[in-house]
Amino acid sequence: MRRPAGWLGALPLLVFYAFVFGIPLAALLAGAFTSRGEPTLANLRQSLEGGNLTAMIGSVQVSAVVALSGAVLGTFLAYAVVTSRSAALRGAVLTASGVLANFGGVPLAFFWVATLGNSGVVSGLLGLPSGSLYSFWGLVFVYLYFSVPLMVLVMAPALDGLRPQWREAAANSGATAWHYWRHVGLPVLTPALLGGVVLLFGAAFAAYATAAAMGAGTVVPLVTLKIANALTSDVLVGQENVALALSLDMIVIAGLVMAVYLPLQRRSTRWLR
Amino acid sequence: MFTPRARTAGAIAALTVITAACGAAPGTQGTTAEGGVDARTATSAADFGGFDALVEAAKKEGRLHVIALPPDWANYGEIIKTFESTYGITIESEDPDASSADEINAVKTRKGQDRAPDVLDLGQSFALSGAAEGLFAPYKVQAFDKIPEGQKEPTGLWVNDYGGYISIGCDANKINPCPTSFADLLRPGYKGKVALNGNPTKAGAAFAGVYAAAIAEGGSFDDIQPGIDFFKKLKDVGNFNPVETTPATIEKGETPISIDWDYINAAYAPQLAPKGLDWQVNVPTDGKYFQMYAQAINKDAPHPAAARLWMEFLYSPEGQNLYLKGFARPVLMPVMQEDGTIDETAAAALPEVEGEPAFPTTEQVDAAKEKLVSGWDAAISG
Repeated sequence: MRRPAGWLGALPLLVFYAFVFGIPLAALLAGAFTSRGEPTLANLRQSLEGGNLTAMIGSVQVSAVVALSGAVLGTFLAYAVVTSRSAALRGAVLTASGVLANFGGVPLAFFWVATLGNSGVVSGLLGLPSGSLYSFWGLVFVYLYFSVPLMVLVMAPALDGLRPQWREAAANSGATAWHYWRHVGLPVLTPALLGGVVLLFGAAFAAYATAAAMGAGTVVPLVTLKIANALTSDVLVGQENVALALSLDMIVIAGLVMAVYLPLQRRSTRWLR
Repeated sequence: MFTPRARTAGAIAALTVITAACGAAPGTQGTTAEGGVDARTATSAADFGGFDALVEAAKKEGRLHVIALPPDWANYGEIIKTFESTYGITIESEDPDASSADEINAVKTRKGQDRAPDVLDLGQSFALSGAAEGLFAPYKVQAFDKIPEGQKEPTGLWVNDYGGYISIGCDANKINPCPTSFADLLRPGYKGKVALNGNPTKAGAAFAGVYAAAIAEGGSFDDIQPGIDFFKKLKDVGNFNPVETTPATIEKGETPISIDWDYINAAYAPQLAPKGLDWQVNVPTDGKYFQMYAQAINKDAPHPAAARLWMEFLYSPEGQNLYLKGFARPVLMPVMQEDGTIDETAAAALPEVEGEPAFPTTEQVDAAKEKLVSGWDAAISG
């Protein structure tokens, strides 16, 4: 009796998934492999050559740099906050992180254009050369603004799980700080770290509005901007299905990331079981 | 129509899908004129039994749906108001910042619905592809014969309405002297200041900017590569500014030099003068590139008679002069200069250009686009 009842309980969720993921995915696949009703691989080929390929590489580069640097910075910040004795600091940083991790899109772009843009307040004070913000590193910098807080939120609970006793026990056994981190700290943190990196990569990879509002697409081609171009271009006609193919490419890249992440995750959590 | 400002593109696309999905389709009410003519198949005012009968039929419909007509673009704000007050027809202007692709999408996804756009103002390539897909209704305005060959589809599926030259706008209060040619733009004084109106792989005006640069740099309609190379050079010397121009970026000083259509740049000047900017417009002496937009009627227009009246209005001397007042060069301008119906004051306010405009063929434009799309990112990114 339990089995069918349990299955029934999950039915609404499954139906929901079928609708919100299944139908768009089916439409995406159907569109990506057809052109004017004819089956073709031309869309896919076009999505992987010329400017589209440059954009795909650009997106992966930006996302990878953001994910790795965001993970490092976020972890250190979280560690500093968690180990500080000030409850007020901890509360303030974690609350701020919760807000800033969701601070994206047009407001974020405006924030940085007003601060570090060509006529920004701070760029004037620092004497930054015009266009500094509108570059690869400028975009990475802007993305880090929501990525670091996101990493703090992921790492803080994991760092809380590092009990002081472990460190004391290690010290009693003659371990140095390096030994402790190498053999105790990092292995415990690895699952959270990996998860955080993947999360950051995904957030940066899928980001659109910030880059679009900054107008960074001219110097930093991104695949999300290419999709928007293909859908609403004044220059290119009939690129809708190439946009679908580009989306499919993005899904494949996300799949590849997961294919690397999942075995690593499994290995890193094996000793926990 | 053009995209630099269509930051909301994603939202619009989503919206179109949603509205298409849940919009009930009440169908188009067949509008029949006095003489029993179906307005949807009328190909000229004569089909209605004369212009007055067309006005009558349009008034009966009472409404007109337009899309992608920004009030500050080619004077569309005043054009819409004048049309409304002249004929007592309410214009519902949807999504003024939409692109040509958005317009075509709206026609397709809202086929048969009451909220589909009636008339379209399209980039040339979209007019051609839309006509090939059978999306437009053929209609010959009264002035059809006066419109030069090549500026209209022979059966009237689309007709060019207005156009302009690529120009260099510049805030003379900040920049001295203002550049008057593409060669000037490479000068060391313009570090990080030279912007385009959008990304040339997306925005029509920016694409035209690269095409014009190609002509300046020894290329031709058949060869856009020198234009791409020019912008690479511009970037290498540090003058290229990747910010996409909007009135806001000009006002903030983010884009003190902007390559854009002359009618857009010229229209900025009076707007920006009270804000302390001396916005000067020069059509580059070494790279003249002229292009027109085209007007078409949606084949399934929910207000077919009003749509046809809108066309008649736009190609009347009044409508054409309204474009001119917005610094756009109307298609009938040469004819109107001859028969004296032109608004002389507005014509004199246009940025000066010497010589007659030349037009690339569709094949040349298509080839140039292909070249640009494959080469632009590699040249400029990084």
